[in-house]
Amino acid sequence: MMSFVNKMAATLAVSVMATSITIAADFKPVLLYDIGGKFDKSFNEAARNGAEVFNKETGIAYKDFEPSSETQYEQALKRFARKKADVIIAVGVGYSVAVRNVARKYPKIRFTVLDAIVDLPNVQSVTFKENEGSFLVGMIAAMKTKTNKLGFIGGMDIPLIRRFEKGYRQGASYIRNDLTFVRNYVGTTPTAWNDPIKAAEMARSQYSRGVDIIFSAAGPSGLGVIQAAKEKQAFAIGVDSNQNHIAPGRVLTSMLKRVDLAVLAALRSAKDGSWKSGHTVMGLKEGGVDFSIDAHNQALITDDMKVKLADARSKIISGALVVDDIAGSNAGH
Amino acid sequence: MEFFADLVLLIDSTLRIATPLVLTAFAGLIAERAGVVDIGLEGKMLASAFAAAATAAVTGSPWYALMAGVGAAVALGLLHGYVSINQRGNQIVSGMAINIAVAGAAPTLANFIFHKGGQTPLLDEESRFSIITLPGAEALADVPLIGGLYSEIISGHNLITYLTVLVVPATAWLLYKTRFGLRLRAVGENPEAVDTAGISVALIRYQALIIFGVLCGFAGTVLSTGLGAGFIRDMSAGKGYLALAAMIFGKWKPVPTLLACLLFGFVDALQGRLQGVSFPLIGEIPVQFTIMLPYVLTVIILAGFVGKIQAPRASGIPYEKDH
Repeated sequence: MMSFVNKMAATLAVSVMATSITIAADFKPVLLYDIGGKFDKSFNEAARNGAEVFNKETGIAYKDFEPSSETQYEQALKRFARKKADVIIAVGVGYSVAVRNVARKYPKIRFTVLDAIVDLPNVQSVTFKENEGSFLVGMIAAMKTKTNKLGFIGGMDIPLIRRFEKGYRQGASYIRNDLTFVRNYVGTTPTAWNDPIKAAEMARSQYSRGVDIIFSAAGPSGLGVIQAAKEKQAFAIGVDSNQNHIAPGRVLTSMLKRVDLAVLAALRSAKDGSWKSGHTVMGLKEGGVDFSIDAHNQALITDDMKVKLADARSKIISGALVVDDIAGSNAGH
Repeated sequence: MEFFADLVLLIDSTLRIATPLVLTAFAGLIAERAGVVDIGLEGKMLASAFAAAATAAVTGSPWYALMAGVGAAVALGLLHGYVSINQRGNQIVSGMAINIAVAGAAPTLANFIFHKGGQTPLLDEESRFSIITLPGAEALADVPLIGGLYSEIISGHNLITYLTVLVVPATAWLLYKTRFGLRLRAVGENPEAVDTAGISVALIRYQALIIFGVLCGFAGTVLSTGLGAGFIRDMSAGKGYLALAAMIFGKWKPVPTLLACLLFGFVDALQGRLQGVSFPLIGEIPVQFTIMLPYVLTVIILAGFVGKIQAPRASGIPYEKDH
């Protein structure tokens, strides 16, 4: 009898231990941000928002990492791969080479990379049609400008950011063809994402030259553009996250890139087992890009503008209107 | 007319870009003329940028921000002084240590206080040194020539930029026209002679480092609360080193140093303006090339046009009384 009780106790203890182990080792997702950090109010913060939604839904905690330089991309990927993360989500085109290298070495680990295309059996690539979203905000800018001069400020000069510019110009020219464009790129290295002082100076210069609306695709540097718009009482257009609230009334709209949805989808699918490698493109049709209207900019976008925007949107979705692209936007650099 | 309007805008932009450069370069100048080498300008600027932005975010007042910014830079200056004057440590090592420590400590503290991943919250207009429009600037704006000069170049800067204009003659006056300036320069050239005259070398050097800290504090404060609106990781972006280069290029003299800073500022403003402009025959210059411009120019000038550069003789050498 005694031995039976002992046995029972032992089995119970083992099973308790087993469950606690399964809980601890349940699901370990990892999110790696790009330079700029998770509170950049733009690209990285959108990724974080997606992971936070997942966390609220499931109660599963995720690990994240903010690299302070490019050299840390590969180190971070390797570190989490060695710890056997269930899915490693790396956001940013800068990760493309690092993900390719590390994914080859750890074929059993699942990687999701945003903005880059890595063709490996254990990598899921998600890219966006930023040019389609930029087309719509370009239309808004063209309908709103009084000086007929539109500005663009990009962060790092890479094909991906040129894609924003191309869509923006095409969208503006779709409305009218008498516009002048002025553009600046903050830099040619990843530090360009983190230099709001320089971006603000470029924006001041553009506004002084008669530009009245600037679209910035520059991560945290874009905050400098919004600040300059406040100083000069002009308009800025935000990017990636909804940035309308940063300077209510001065941010005309924001080009939304639904990084949050992509991160959330990757996390959900990795958890329920439906995660698949391969390449997904998220455009207007898939709800991957859009522009924002909220309490802060409602008064700036008239009903007439909305009608034209809805018309263009349906034409882009149906394929009747094709927005040009820049080659190599999602290739490594 | 187009060209003139562009030039006005370029000069306007130059003044803004050069403000932190001039302040830090003059800070470095005072320290080195007193015989203390400091390559920690970058770190001190960053520390005061953080202190100022954090204080402005909490109190909502740019004046407290300025005090905090200056306080942080003076404290680090005195730390550097303690290492290099009292302990006779290596000044390059101490300066570098301060740079590295601040680059890590500032975002960490920012994260600890504000939980925004190494940034401070964005500051609103009331808690910054915002733009001052001088009287009559609006009215004169349309007057040809003078209007553009006055309303674009002279009016419309933040308070610290205006103060910087005063810093330059004040520093020159201090160095060359006062007894303190004479002693300060002597301490940097021949500390033994100063000591023989019964004046404390250490005291003069500490005093120089306090002035140094105040100027660095202004530079950091203008970064995060004047030109920018909040602290962001590594926001000094190499300006401390650029200021150091301007000071060497200016041969440790106030006016040439000022000109060097203005030149760096101008080229930076110019590169922004040249982006995307199409030139006859050449076409559009690639961004990569225009961004190189300030650095290429620095190399050319330093290599070809500056001539012999002579540092203050006792600069970087700790003074030892007993040998």
